[in-house]
Amino acid sequence: MTRLLEVRNLHASYGATEVLHGIDLDVEEGQVVTLLGANGAGKTTTLRALCHFQVKNAGSITYRGERIEGKSTEDIAAMGIGHVPDGRGTFQSMSVEENLRLGCHARKDRIAVATDLDRMYDYFPRLKERRAQQAGTLSGGEQQMLAIARALMGNPTLLLLDEPSFGLAPLVVKDIFAIMRRIREEQKVSILLVEQNARIALQLADTAYLLETGRIVKHGPSEAMRNDDAVRRAYLGE
Amino acid sequence: MQLSSVTPSAGHGVERASTFMTLRNILILVVIAASLAFFAKGYVLFQATMVLAYAIALVGLNLLTGYNGQISLGHGAFFAIGAYSLAILMNWDVPYWLAIPAAGAISMVAGYAFGRPALKLQGLYLALATFTLSVVLPQLLKYKLFQPWTGGVGGIVIIKPDAPFGIPLTSDQFCYLFTLLVTAVMFVIARNLIDSGTGRAMRAIRDHQMAATSMGINHQHYKSMTFGVSAAFAGVGGSLSALAVQFVSPDSFTMFLSISLLVGVVVGGVGTLWGALFGAVFIMFVPELAEKVSKDAAWAVYGLVLILLVFAMPKGVMGLINRLHSKSVARNV
Amino acid sequence: METLIQQVAVGLASGGIYACLALALVMIYQATHHVNFAQGEMAMFSTFVAWTLIQAGLGYWAAFFITVIGSFIASAAIEFAIIRPLHKAPELSVVAVFIGLLVIFHSVAGWVFGTELREFPSPFSKDAWFGGSLMSPHQVGTIFVALCIVAALFAFFRHTTLGLTMRAAAQNPGSSRLLGIRVGRMLMLGWGLAGAIGAVAGMMVAPVVFLDPGMMTGVLIYAFAGALIGGIDNPVGAIVGGFLVGVLENLLGTYVVGTDLKLTVALVLIVGVLIVRPAGLLGRRTVQRV
Repeated sequence: MTRLLEVRNLHASYGATEVLHGIDLDVEEGQVVTLLGANGAGKTTTLRALCHFQVKNAGSITYRGERIEGKSTEDIAAMGIGHVPDGRGTFQSMSVEENLRLGCHARKDRIAVATDLDRMYDYFPRLKERRAQQAGTLSGGEQQMLAIARALMGNPTLLLLDEPSFGLAPLVVKDIFAIMRRIREEQKVSILLVEQNARIALQLADTAYLLETGRIVKHGPSEAMRNDDAVRRAYLGE
Repeated sequence: MQLSSVTPSAGHGVERASTFMTLRNILILVVIAASLAFFAKGYVLFQATMVLAYAIALVGLNLLTGYNGQISLGHGAFFAIGAYSLAILMNWDVPYWLAIPAAGAISMVAGYAFGRPALKLQGLYLALATFTLSVVLPQLLKYKLFQPWTGGVGGIVIIKPDAPFGIPLTSDQFCYLFTLLVTAVMFVIARNLIDSGTGRAMRAIRDHQMAATSMGINHQHYKSMTFGVSAAFAGVGGSLSALAVQFVSPDSFTMFLSISLLVGVVVGGVGTLWGALFGAVFIMFVPELAEKVSKDAAWAVYGLVLILLVFAMPKGVMGLINRLHSKSVARNV
Repeated sequence: METLIQQVAVGLASGGIYACLALALVMIYQATHHVNFAQGEMAMFSTFVAWTLIQAGLGYWAAFFITVIGSFIASAAIEFAIIRPLHKAPELSVVAVFIGLLVIFHSVAGWVFGTELREFPSPFSKDAWFGGSLMSPHQVGTIFVALCIVAALFAFFRHTTLGLTMRAAAQNPGSSRLLGIRVGRMLMLGWGLAGAIGAVAGMMVAPVVFLDPGMMTGVLIYAFAGALIGGIDNPVGAIVGGFLVGVLENLLGTYVVGTDLKLTVALVLIVGVLIVRPAGLLGRRTVQRV
């Protein structure tokens, strides 16, 4: 399998404050990789650094064989990396459908766009019900679904998901992750998932990385991580 | 959610009225400035008087903008109200030393009256409303119905008072010294205001109104009061300028005056008191210099200088001075 | 009664101009959360340019289109060169720069073109069929032009992808960038459109009030009032507000306060709206979250 994403010695800072102190990360094609850690570990910063969004980055980020760490956020998005940011980032005063259309604004093929829209509504029937509704009036779970669907409308090869479970009730989270499992199988999109909820993340992911104060302290296949004592104590509450 | 992003504060942290604003320094400056009365000739003395009058107005505007975070593009209107109040009162034989504080009080009332409803307006909305005020005021001053008081388009003539008690000063010299005295007094008042609990409340409102309210600061009261006080300062400045010019007319108080005042605050350094002096010098002399560069496009030069200053010296002259001062302090540590 | 209808009609004609300018203001506000205080002076300057072209022998419509396109380009350039670098600057600095622009345009116009009143032609000839006893052809034409602009912009923003991405960039620049939308270009586009609309507004006003550097200051105030009444973040509101202000200005000016105080009416309107309903008639009430 060709390596989709290879990150070596990534540093990231906000202004003068360095938050990531040289991390290494790999995502293979078709994989789901999860990045775990507590609040403030630097998980969101990692995703932002990959997209060169609101942070300064240093080190090497290779995506599909190309170095991208110097590129602009917009260029990176155009290369097929879809970023669902923390807080969802929905366009609150626009309708659900407008949000989705924004996800594929660069695509010219109308028929393909229409097909993809239908597919999103198939994955997320609740969005279909509310397609004309203002996005700001949706519930937290629905907004999360919208954010994911919007990113998928861009036909990404790599999906960056920032804490999808944040602020959502457990049942809703289960729902969303079930849909993501389905998406993963049908869409063949690789996913880099940042999560605080380690249990549900490890259920979905193939491999996991553990981030603590800006450094990767452990990584390996999900199974191994789930059975690891340190991980269990700190993040699985066992 | 932006915090203190209305103004570029010239000094961070506690923001007392600047380390330079000691009573001793003020006194020294006053003495130096007073000596000018005996060296300078008529016209220069007149310009110096105007600089002081503008400085008072700028202190007022700075109180509002720098320390309370409200942007006013209409302070020329309160300057005008002060000027006209003086003219009208003196025409009713009120002596100048009563008329000036009265003018200040009238401007304060006007400021409070405008500020209270305008309370809810943030940033640019207030800028909009005050901008409109500055455009409308000349119209109001020319209005036929008010003519018996305002003298309509023709304006009102004022007679400069002679020095009292037979002191051997010309009326120009006396006017200058009197203005200097008032300026010093106003600076001290402003400094005390800023360093007081009221001043802290004002700054708290500027930095985060919601948090200030949740701490029990009645922002409505403080904001309209600040508006009123800043209008009072502008009014006093206006009345002193009217005394110096010996004339008020509607066309002296167009929106360009309000624009000049804002420029003065930006140039001097928002959130500083000394900046008012630099700003006043700027707005007094730069238009003249600009006219030398190009007679017709003087204001264009003025506008260009303003834009360049915003880019090059966003914290104004005082910001630059503070920066240099802290650098030299750091070097000596 | 007939004079009342006539006054309303005349008010609608001026309202059309205010609506155009208000729309320009709202567009820039939506995109940048700044009010372009220089919008009026820029429009005035564009009109002078058009006048110069016509004096040089160009036909009206040729001058019109060249001016509109030139204004688009110039406004976009101003956004790029002067406004964009300030996007992190405090409010006061930005206001100061806008004021600086206002002053520069005003002064340069006087310097280059002179300050005497000049006649400016109307594209709607005096004998045109659509004039009548109520309104001159120019007034009818003005309303028509205003409505066309409104319709075109509406279609653009609601039904084209570019319009959608522009709205997105204005609303949430961060999310837009993550989607690959080039926010900077959208800002330039917004400014360009605003400048072009302003130029049209100027060319509609000039035949009525004659062209001079002070032409647009009052118009700008009325446009502010219209934009605020309609809701400063609402384009439809800007249109409605603009027409409303035009009618109110005319009616109050004729029947209540007289022409000398018409601008004061605008002031009262502005302050009144801002006190009673800051979001305007159609604007969104924004809840400030801590």
